[in-house]
Amino acid sequence: MYDVKKAMTARASRREIVKGGAALGVGALGLGRLDNRIAAAQDGGTLEVFSWWTSPGEAPALQALFDAYLAAHPGVEIINAAVAGGAGVNAIAVLQTRLQGNQPPDSWQTHIGRELIDQYVVPGYCEPITDIYTAEGWADVMPEALVEQATWESEQYSIPVGVHRGNGFWYNRQVMADNGIEVGDTMSIEEFMTAADTLQSAGIPALALAMKDTFPGAQLFENTLLGVAGAETYNALFRGETSWDDQAVRDAADATAAMLDYVNEDFSALSWDQAVALVIEGGAGFNSMGDWAYGEVVARNAQDNIGWVSHPGTAGSFVLVVDSFTLPVGAPNPENARNWLTVLGSKEAQEAFNPLKGSIPPRTDANRELFSPYHQWSMDSFANDALVPSCAHGQASSPAFKQAFYDASTSFVTDKDVDTYIAMLSDAAAMDAEATA
Amino acid sequence: MAVTSPALAHEASPATAAVRRNRFSFERILSPLLLAPSAVAIFIFVYGFIGYTFFVSLSNWRSAKPDMTIREPFGAVYGDLFGQTRFQIDLRNTVVFTLFFLLMAVLGGLGLAILLDRHIKGSGFFRSVFLFPYALSFITTGVAWSWIFNPETGVNLLINATGVNDILAAYDVGPLNPGWITNPAVVWQLNQPIAAIYPPAGEWSLKLGIPLAMIPVAIAAAWQLSGFAMAMFLAGLGTISHEVREAASLDGASDWRLYKDVIIPLLNPITVSVLIILTHVSLKIFDLVFAMSGKGPGFATDVPGIFVYEMIFRAQRYNYGAAAAIVMLVGVSIVIVPYLARQLKSL
Repeated sequence: MYDVKKAMTARASRREIVKGGAALGVGALGLGRLDNRIAAAQDGGTLEVFSWWTSPGEAPALQALFDAYLAAHPGVEIINAAVAGGAGVNAIAVLQTRLQGNQPPDSWQTHIGRELIDQYVVPGYCEPITDIYTAEGWADVMPEALVEQATWESEQYSIPVGVHRGNGFWYNRQVMADNGIEVGDTMSIEEFMTAADTLQSAGIPALALAMKDTFPGAQLFENTLLGVAGAETYNALFRGETSWDDQAVRDAADATAAMLDYVNEDFSALSWDQAVALVIEGGAGFNSMGDWAYGEVVARNAQDNIGWVSHPGTAGSFVLVVDSFTLPVGAPNPENARNWLTVLGSKEAQEAFNPLKGSIPPRTDANRELFSPYHQWSMDSFANDALVPSCAHGQASSPAFKQAFYDASTSFVTDKDVDTYIAMLSDAAAMDAEATA
Repeated sequence: MAVTSPALAHEASPATAAVRRNRFSFERILSPLLLAPSAVAIFIFVYGFIGYTFFVSLSNWRSAKPDMTIREPFGAVYGDLFGQTRFQIDLRNTVVFTLFFLLMAVLGGLGLAILLDRHIKGSGFFRSVFLFPYALSFITTGVAWSWIFNPETGVNLLINATGVNDILAAYDVGPLNPGWITNPAVVWQLNQPIAAIYPPAGEWSLKLGIPLAMIPVAIAAAWQLSGFAMAMFLAGLGTISHEVREAASLDGASDWRLYKDVIIPLLNPITVSVLIILTHVSLKIFDLVFAMSGKGPGFATDVPGIFVYEMIFRAQRYNYGAAAAIVMLVGVSIVIVPYLARQLKSL
């Protein structure tokens, strides 16, 4: 039946929007919003989801979330506003522009921890979703240390959908066997050094490093720091309770410098996936990388030849790299957005999403059978180990400190100058403390 | 003015004078009217945003939320900026890149232009061939040259194929295997010589010298833009009359003297234009470096453009990014403004 009233509102809002659009001179934006409003007047409305999941491994995983949503809420049109670019480097720039211009999507992807809190919650771009947490009982099925990272002043602000483990240490079984190196269930830094010497005398770089996209150098140090200093000191450093010129940091930098003596020479020209490929092809022994590396292993069908342990010294800790979704202030379709978040927290959605994405569910009650042997190993670690945030992936610090950490690491992997490195990290921490004060 | 004189000539007829005056005033406002939209747009989107950027560079804006309060003490952002080793390295890299790039692009362009000017067979074909790289985007050039200068895949395979390394090995010398864009070395460091005169220089964390990884990047940029320089020089060569050349030949000048003492000096205005245009390209370079080598080993190929991008969109330190952008603008202005002033004077 033709609903006159509905059509009238649609027309009124159309006129209003066109007027607003013309006044602003932002024709394209106006039209975009116009389409939204018309659709909203006709059915269940729209839901615009912003993410950086566009790669062949990521897009189907995102689609699985959309499918789960549509199964529960048919009639809603989902707008996939994904922006390509690894680790969201381009997407975050686009999102910042939209938020500053008061044009938020209905929900966007972000890492939990400081990335969520500093970039979005404190500036006032996010609505709390504590009531959804309570209604769905999420706090009971997710580890406390995880929920804590989505929390600001006792309110929750995002729902985690997938957990990556940042402190993986991947190795080529064939290369190890050929050189008589045995890798057990865990590895210490000393054990790595011994193996590295053996590989070096065989002419193989022990550690594959890739600095084209910078984060692997920062990640290498962060993992080694965790291995040398332990989870407690690691957390204290990023909370500002321990100073960066602490002896533990110096020891970790020394250990990292020693490891850097065994890297491939062309590291500055490689991207992280090329470093993983180097290990898969036997061109290097080990690679310190988050478990998105396992996606590369699967893509190259090399599961049988690639083994893993925790980064040397970090067994018993789990470096969190967690994707989550938010509820914006002024979401164009708040009801749909809240439904979206509710679906994301469900066991079904997380079980559909994570096997495709190559991560594990934040919910500890998911069905293990759906996951690969590596991910089952990671799930055990997630359930039992100390959960610490990653700085290289934005969860442990402000964006400004993260950038300073990247910059310091870029210099450090080349000059291995421990004193300068520690001075740069201390300066960055001081500047950060001043900025937040 | 051309418009006014016919109008004045017909002043005698009072009946048409009013019409004329109307038309006259309409025509007088027509050109400002037509120019107004672009003038307003330029005023807002160029000068307005330059002013805004400058304002941001003085502010406290260093998070996702704009904070436009002025940072105390006034201009402190600039002090911090120049104190930062990475930015010092960026300035050094810009100078090194500009020198190498200008040298290669201008000499390359001039050489090609002179060769083509000699009307050899197929010069039309080669003119297009040499100009083609200019039509590519810097991103394309950057990606292609990053493969060429990757030590594992590119030009080093060619070096191996020549057998040079077999000969070197026979003499117990290590293989010739340059790291190109992965080489972190900074050669010809001036820190020690300067420290001899000015002791604090010994403490600088900036290595004042030539980062070797920058040279392949300059080669790629020169490859792309020497075609442009060639086109400029060819145009210049076209304006040099045959009489001049013939006079020089009659006076017994060799080809070498002809070019050195007659043609190249006559091309001076072109050379200045080429230098200015290429320098401002070089000072603003971002995309080529970003695609080819990124920041490079230990910031060996980092440039202010990448710094601005990372400070604003990654670190969210908007005031730092804006300050670095203003420094870039000042750098470009120093080159461009005197040139434009001279051009305007000669009009």
